[in-house]
Amino acid sequence: MSAGGVEALASEVRSGARSGREVVEESLGAIEDRNPDLAAFLRVMADEARAAADRVDAMVRAGDDPGPLAGVPVALKDNFCTRGVPTTCGSKILDGWRPPYSATVVRRLVDAGAVIVGKTNLDEFAMGSSTENSAFGATHNPHDPARVPGGSSGGSAAAVGADLVPLSFGSDTGGSIRQPASFCGVVGVKPTYGLVSRYGLVAFASSLDQIGPFGRSVRDAAVGLEVVAGHDPADSTSIHGDAPAVTPRLDEGVEGLRVGLVRELTGVDGLQPEVAQATSSAATALEAAGAIVDEVSVPSAAEALSAYYLLAPAEASSNLARFDGVRYGLRVDGDDVESMMAATRAAGFGAEVKRRIMLGTYALSAGYYDAYYGTAQRVRTLVIRDFDDVYRDHDVLLSPTSPTTAFALGERVDDPLAMYLSDVCTVPSNLSGHPAMNVPFGTDAAGLPIGVQVLAPALGEPVMFRVARAIELAALEGVSS
Amino acid sequence: MTGERITRDDVEHVARLARLALTDDEVALFSEQLSVILEHAARVSALPTEGVPPSTHPLPLRNVLRPDQVGPTLDRGEVLAQAPEAEDDRIRVPRIFGEEQ
Amino acid sequence: MSVEPVIGLEVHAELATATKLFCGCPNEFGAEANTNVCPVCLGLPGSLPVLNEKVVEYALRVGEAMHFTVPEESIFARKNYFYPDMPKDFQISQYEDPICVDGYLDVDGARIGVERAHIEEDTGKTTHVGGGGRIHDARHSLIDYNRAGVPLLEIVSRPDIRSAEQARGYAEQLRAVLTAIGVSDVKMEEGSMRIDANVSVRPEGSSELGTKVEVKNMNSLRSLTRAIDFEIQRQSDAWERGERIVQETRHWDEDDGRTHGMRSKEEAFDYRYFPEPDLVPVSPDAGMRDAVREAMPELPAARHRRLVEDWGITDHDAQVLVGNPALADYAERAVAALEGGSARDVVNWSTGDVLAHLNETGLSAEVLPLAPDGLAELVGLVADGTLSRNLAQDVLAEALTDGKRPERIVADRSLAQVSDEGELVTVLDALITENPDEVSRYREGDDKTRKKLRGFFMGQAMKATKGQGNPQLLNRLLDERLEARGEG
Ligand SMILES: [Zn+2]
Repeated sequence: MSAGGVEALASEVRSGARSGREVVEESLGAIEDRNPDLAAFLRVMADEARAAADRVDAMVRAGDDPGPLAGVPVALKDNFCTRGVPTTCGSKILDGWRPPYSATVVRRLVDAGAVIVGKTNLDEFAMGSSTENSAFGATHNPHDPARVPGGSSGGSAAAVGADLVPLSFGSDTGGSIRQPASFCGVVGVKPTYGLVSRYGLVAFASSLDQIGPFGRSVRDAAVGLEVVAGHDPADSTSIHGDAPAVTPRLDEGVEGLRVGLVRELTGVDGLQPEVAQATSSAATALEAAGAIVDEVSVPSAAEALSAYYLLAPAEASSNLARFDGVRYGLRVDGDDVESMMAATRAAGFGAEVKRRIMLGTYALSAGYYDAYYGTAQRVRTLVIRDFDDVYRDHDVLLSPTSPTTAFALGERVDDPLAMYLSDVCTVPSNLSGHPAMNVPFGTDAAGLPIGVQVLAPALGEPVMFRVARAIELAALEGVSS
Repeated sequence: MTGERITRDDVEHVARLARLALTDDEVALFSEQLSVILEHAARVSALPTEGVPPSTHPLPLRNVLRPDQVGPTLDRGEVLAQAPEAEDDRIRVPRIFGEEQ
Repeated sequence: MSVEPVIGLEVHAELATATKLFCGCPNEFGAEANTNVCPVCLGLPGSLPVLNEKVVEYALRVGEAMHFTVPEESIFARKNYFYPDMPKDFQISQYEDPICVDGYLDVDGARIGVERAHIEEDTGKTTHVGGGGRIHDARHSLIDYNRAGVPLLEIVSRPDIRSAEQARGYAEQLRAVLTAIGVSDVKMEEGSMRIDANVSVRPEGSSELGTKVEVKNMNSLRSLTRAIDFEIQRQSDAWERGERIVQETRHWDEDDGRTHGMRSKEEAFDYRYFPEPDLVPVSPDAGMRDAVREAMPELPAARHRRLVEDWGITDHDAQVLVGNPALADYAERAVAALEGGSARDVVNWSTGDVLAHLNETGLSAEVLPLAPDGLAELVGLVADGTLSRNLAQDVLAEALTDGKRPERIVADRSLAQVSDEGELVTVLDALITENPDEVSRYREGDDKTRKKLRGFFMGQAMKATKGQGNPQLLNRLLDERLEARGEG
């Protein structure tokens, strides 16, 4: 369906060469075939999608331009608010909730002619690295159904990885776009914090959350990002001014760009040798394409994970307080308000969410604030400073996206710390607010996709995508194998 | 902050603050797991953070303000329809034992 | 050894903005339940706050008026606790870095320190059903979120207040300042101004602070003074008996005139404050500060001075006017429209009949049907002798109620004072002719008789002119007639 990419697909629909309806039927058919096995989608919006495609076709017939994503089927992680359509966040606690409004990103996609085909599975409230923490069951990796798709945006990654849709979106708080992209062999982007509006994204950790695209190619992801990026007055943390254009310079190559291999992330504990090998092959390929590659140090990068696992749960414990059984979603009766709330939350939240709420509440509570939360915020400053230092003489950085390829379903569910450690390479960019993306680069012995991560300074998306494109070209040429 | 053990009492206290009714098994499990996780998290104190200012945010934004202009409100029917229980155009909750804040 | 009370007040004032603190919902009192709500103030998942610029402007105005320091940067924080009328189960407030610090307010010659003023959001309103509407006995509760997210400024005084009377003075002065600078309606009855008092006692002469008790639930200035007086007495008695005073929150009960300890919770509050990640810091720059300074209305103390000097009115009258800024505005506009009479006349009417009317009807002077130049017209009618004071009072009563212009009322009711000498002479001559006995008795009588008969003639003359005869003129003409005959 997306052989020619998102741009080609949209231009076929805009020119009338193909109808939006035909494109969406193809996507819905693929979902119908594969979703029972993959469980990538929590909800398929077949009727809404057909109606939206018909509206696009009507615009084309009327001579109007439906926009750059005309007729392109798009899947959304189920923590994006969609007006009138159940939004579950993979949790029982939002049982029956239909948001009375849509996220800014959803509105921008629809305004660009995209056709929303469904809501995808995720770890409950985006907390997890395997999509096994969903209250509605795990999603399977399209490359091996016995393995996880990664998480928390596992459904969106699997939907693109299985070619059910050409474009999907997720949210990334500590790697939740990049790591599943890596596991599913697709491109996944966490943009600069503030580049994409968070309005209507159900918050996990507000100062870390960022929305980004998944695509089959670097170009598709760039097109998706350009549609949703840009200032939104409804989000106080939205960057002012125009978003940097990414697609125009995508194929300019990497001649003369300075690329740093992050020592602390290429030498993490438990790094799968094939992943280490792929990262250095990618570096070699960039060098061959004219980039200047050297090894750099981001000293605080390793401790970033510890800081992350204090900051993110702390913010989450507060963001998730509102799920109390009063105004929407699940309510479990109780004698008085306090017991009703405690019973509702006990029944509505899964184990991982409860664990993080407990962790965050503890880290913020009297007597521990300075030692835990306060210190973690100072480490955050150090991470930002360390990156600033490195970017003084580097354009981008390179590292593995995840220490391993996709692990088996059930392998890590009883060991939360092991699960957390799989975020070690992705978390630093969330703390610094910088952009980073996954580019598929070869496979391991089991045939599972390997991903490399390209990191850039704030608003460095144009150069980050150029480097990603160069890595993608090298992979296509077989350099990775 | 040397990764001290989280006792069952700690877990129960935090669970009350967080309005989570935990089972005995959960209390035991969390006291175990939180100890392990916090021990790892305690590594933050290994870095030289003295004199380093805290960062709440990755952005240097200041003074993001909106004009004092009335915007759209939600339809009350839609709001109340989402609530588990409503009465007299208001959202109904069990009695509030305890005190007003 | 006698004890000295130490009092600090925490005042929550709702800011009179058009919209709420973080969303565009109308900020209005008395709307139908749950109609002024949106995803933001309902705390719906995914919604985000954006700060109302007017709130910052108003806070800076308060900063100017109360001599606060405005730090370079102020930060919002989340105060975390579960309560069903708080949609997010945390309140966005300011904690370590409020927008205003270290100000003061002069109250009857004493300087009361004000520690801080910070911005925060209000909660929804809970109605308790069953058990007489009391929280502990209620069967269930109902919540209206219209008030959730309404902007509040919490103004925290230092423990510089030494009596209930002074606390009242502080509250009155604060109310006058907030009204004058147009940032709040400060109506305690509607809850747009809420006051909590921290009360402790200590041995006279000591500089240490005693254990403080927080007293809540006072909904008028009168209950504020009563509650503080009660609490001082309660603590003094306890002190004398050698009992320990417990740190607690106590509720004032208007009905039994006592404060009551509230059920103590199992756990101490742990609000887990942390910086609000969905908002960015506020750093009022020179431009914002200057704009506020330039737009600053006159403060009550300055207005008081000006009115006394310019109009020659008493301190007391100036106090009354400044305490009711809308009335003062009304009087100022009336004075500006005067064509006859003086500013003092305007003030007399304003602080007398007009104020009485406002109190009776509960109206504000801004919405009086009679425009200020109508009052000026009335003053003119008295000054040029068209109306007597008594008649003017009648006319004003009607004008205040239905907004009719005084001149119009005078014309419609033919009320103008009869000052036409010819008309009055005719009336008097007829009287004298019709009452020859009385005339003779007057002329022959002693002082007492003459006085009595003069009264009789005046009464008859007033009756004949339906009360509209100009009394001074009638007196003179009657004298001429009674005395002239006596000589002739
Ligand atoms: Zn609102």
